Amino acid sequence: MMWTDLPPGLILLLGGVLAAVLPHHGRKVLMLVLPFVGFWQLIDVPNGDHAVMTLFGAELVGSRIDSLSLVWGYIFYIAALIAGIFHLHVRDRMQDVAALTYMGSAVGAIFAGDLISLFIYWELTAVTSVFLIFANRTDASFRAGIRYLIVQIASGVLLLGGLIIHWRGTGSVEFGNIGLDAPGGLLIFLGFGIKAAFPLLHNWLQDSYPQATVTGTVILSAFTTKMAIYTLARGFPGQEELIWIGVVMTAFPIFYALVENDLRKVLAYSLNNQLGFMVIGIGIGTELALNGAAAQAFSHILYKGLLFMTMGAVLYRVGTVKATELGGLYKSMPMTAGFCIVGAASMAFPLFSGFVSKSLIISAAAGEGMWFVWAMLLFASVGVFVTTGIKIPYFAFFAWPKQTQKTCNEAPFNMLLAMGVSAALCIGIGLFPGYLYDILPYQTDYEPYTGSHIVTQMQLVLFSGLGVAWLMRTGLYPAEMRSTLLDADWIFRRALHRVWRATVEWGTETSGALTGGMRGWVNSVIGVAGQLGGPGGLVSQTSKPGTGVFWLTAMLGLYLLVFGL
Amino acid sequence: MSTAASAGFSLMANLPALQVVVPMVAAPICTFLRFRNGPWAFALLVSAATFWISANLLMQVLGGDVISYEMGGWAPPFGIEYRVDTINAFVLLIVSGISLIALPYALRSVEREVPRDKHHLFYAGWLLCLCGMLGITITGDAFNIFVFLEISSLSTYMLLASGRDPRALTAAFQYLVLGTLGATFILIGVGLLYIMTGTLNIADLAERLGPVSDTTSVRAAAAFLTVGIALKFALFPAHFWLPNGYAYSPSAVGVFLSATATKVSIYVLLRFQFTVFGEIPAFADLDFATLLLPFAVVAFLVGSTVAIFQTDLKRLLAWSSIAQIGYMVAGIGLGGVDGLTAGIVHLFNHAITKAALFMAAGAFFLRVGSMHIDRLAGIGKTMPFTTLAFVLSGLSLIGVPTTVGFISKWYLILAALQHGTAGYAIAAMVLASSLLAVMYVWRIVEVAYFRDPAANQEITEAPLSMLLPLWALTIGCFYFGLETGYSVDIARAAAQSLLGVTP
Repeated sequence: MMWTDLPPGLILLLGGVLAAVLPHHGRKVLMLVLPFVGFWQLIDVPNGDHAVMTLFGAELVGSRIDSLSLVWGYIFYIAALIAGIFHLHVRDRMQDVAALTYMGSAVGAIFAGDLISLFIYWELTAVTSVFLIFANRTDASFRAGIRYLIVQIASGVLLLGGLIIHWRGTGSVEFGNIGLDAPGGLLIFLGFGIKAAFPLLHNWLQDSYPQATVTGTVILSAFTTKMAIYTLARGFPGQEELIWIGVVMTAFPIFYALVENDLRKVLAYSLNNQLGFMVIGIGIGTELALNGAAAQAFSHILYKGLLFMTMGAVLYRVGTVKATELGGLYKSMPMTAGFCIVGAASMAFPLFSGFVSKSLIISAAAGEGMWFVWAMLLFASVGVFVTTGIKIPYFAFFAWPKQTQKTCNEAPFNMLLAMGVSAALCIGIGLFPGYLYDILPYQTDYEPYTGSHIVTQMQLVLFSGLGVAWLMRTGLYPAEMRSTLLDADWIFRRALHRVWRATVEWGTETSGALTGGMRGWVNSVIGVAGQLGGPGGLVSQTSKPGTGVFWLTAMLGLYLLVFGL
Repeated sequence: MSTAASAGFSLMANLPALQVVVPMVAAPICTFLRFRNGPWAFALLVSAATFWISANLLMQVLGGDVISYEMGGWAPPFGIEYRVDTINAFVLLIVSGISLIALPYALRSVEREVPRDKHHLFYAGWLLCLCGMLGITITGDAFNIFVFLEISSLSTYMLLASGRDPRALTAAFQYLVLGTLGATFILIGVGLLYIMTGTLNIADLAERLGPVSDTTSVRAAAAFLTVGIALKFALFPAHFWLPNGYAYSPSAVGVFLSATATKVSIYVLLRFQFTVFGEIPAFADLDFATLLLPFAVVAFLVGSTVAIFQTDLKRLLAWSSIAQIGYMVAGIGLGGVDGLTAGIVHLFNHAITKAALFMAAGAFFLRVGSMHIDRLAGIGKTMPFTTLAFVLSGLSLIGVPTTVGFISKWYLILAALQHGTAGYAIAAMVLASSLLAVMYVWRIVEVAYFRDPAANQEITEAPLSMLLPLWALTIGCFYFGLETGYSVDIARAAAQSLLGVTP
């Protein structure tokens, strides 16, 4: 009874609360054991609505287990376990607590059956995850964390506004298919869109993820955006606008990824591109496409997490992930290099996980006759492989070392183990896609390994690889530079900053004027009192009526005007 | 239960009179108790008695009954009637409850901030103020309201000036001038009503006002009363007395008054707006309450904005009070059962939230000796329990879910959304103002936790007698945020009885 009605998110969340008081080893045990407990609960509890209660006259569903939420539930627990292993060597209570509560709230959001519970978990993920960024304990990470928090809270506020309007309009807070036309639909859509990193709303991602700790980035990359993808799949399937949003999302980050120097930032851009695939899948909205979005989320968490882990290991050992300062690491960190190649290959190569999930979406686009979308998907799929799949392993592990590189040790065992598990899953899914397809929301008899799929993809991938090699040989490939890229965040950082500065200055002045006015009033009262009490008595011609009295009288005058006449 | 004039003296039947008489008689006695802690202990005892009385009164009227008590056996409308229904029983409970919980806290704080030879006068003033506020709330007579208003105001002037801070003297004097003006407006309003109807009994007024309601005199009376009362609850721009008054007076006074004085005045507003003028059609579509709405919106926007720029913690809290009063008045201005519920429930919610915050501020002052925010650097390390309570109550001020502040804002926004486009705009401004609240609370968090304490300061945690009331209120902020049964249901019943709607 308790077990069935226990909202899934609470397992990790309460674990996080417990971790706040447990010693180091206790916390680590929690991080390794709780994902299994959660996973077991998902398997054990039958599908349906559980933990239903009524609050404020709204029906809250704490735990809605169905085929759509289960896909995300499974992969979130797998990601939580891998993150737990990768995180094993870190002795930092703040990160342990933040990680557990953050992962718990993300799981909770997936299984929330109503918008109110969703909103609560939604805000919880923001508040808990920011500590993974703060945990770096540098000034830059603190500032990035604050910027991140503001954006995330804004997303929650939009969701809250939308949900209230939706509730008033429909009388229900059930979290089902909402649609843009529903009351409050647009606000909810924008709230989801911020976390899903829609174009122009995406900067928080590239801004904050590279500032988080080594393990923090790995954890962050898995949950927030995929949670948003789930909510889009739940609330807005088949919403045509999503296709075009997704197309832009897949295309533009490629160019940024191409020239960016910070390799974790490169991954953040390609993360954005991969989200575009899922958004397009949701926008198409057919069973095949939604399956594709779910499958893509599943495999994406694994290989993107794997890539972030390899870069995390490099950062941990070398102290930097700038392309300009890395190279030749394959000698010192051969295993990490190998895992990195697996992660990169998983983005596009047949026999790896990304291929079997992306194919679903690409085929869905073709099946609906959306040839432009189909072409864009192919372009993006190859483009991201070129800019990320080749760039990351090449610059980190194989390029000529730019400076005399000290040799370093291979990554710690727990990191290697976490990467190994991910890599194994990436390959496993690529080889046996049937297991992944079995848990997808809709029944499918899709076959990814048809001749045409493989040939199309391989031609593109190989020729693009050839192109990269040629560009490198001829020196036309953009050289990696120490630079800062101007993205749309210029608007937020500079222009809005100016507006903010102006507002603050204005506010200071206003406040000064208000208190100044008051001080003037007090002074005049003191003056009046002095003259009343002093010799000469009531002969002041200069004493002004006090501001307070003036306003009080003005208020009375207004009332008398409006009502008295 | 409805009439109280029974043979002989019965304690339970005379509760309405005792509610006011007990603190009133106790106050002069208090001035004779000039030994150590004597006045304090006596005030605490009296306060406990008044709390017991108001709890009993609330129990009696919760079923929907109205207690009508004839003072001295003179039947209304000729004699003075004490009339207890759901709403004023609720306010009585808030006032006496806050006094009861603030007094244990006051012991150490007052020892530090008020000269020892004035303690008996301080606590006598406290009891008089309590008596005045309870009297305003319980009486059913318009002129009697004015009398008790003066009792509470005069004692407030004295309480504000009782500390060692010389700035409190000008603040108290300023309140004296403005408060007198406000009281005069109220008196003019009551006088006009008396001329037009020949009665001062509120229930009787409501009945007799009907035929003469469409006269300039009655409208002018309404205008004078509204503005006069607005000054007493410091609605922007009639707020000038509040920031300095709360900031420079002894901390315990800030706790007591911020949680009760403005609430009582808002109750008076409700009483006049709905019970007396409820039936009167005002100018075109406007009614008196609706005209308060723009003031309320400006109040919470300006109040929150100015609070951000304060350098003195108590002034910051005072400006935030001005903003919070804006929320209450906005709820009343929006009208309807939902709007009134939002306003009334925020009376209660803000009372416990702001009392907790002022308590924490007073505890800081006890140990640090200054209210300048920069002097609180690193206070989260030296006074962890007080600071944590401050931050948690601060969350309630912002309106974070699971706190009482959220409940208030929730109902306020629900009420606003019933008013079409303008309602959406108001809801958006409420949310914007909440964001401003995040900023001014965050300022304290930043100073308290992210800065290092000054090296040569020896600061210890606040004494238990201050921590316990502080934490009781802080826990209350969360308890009543989760268990909304008491506060929201009572507020809704009160709103329904004010509007004459049967549930």
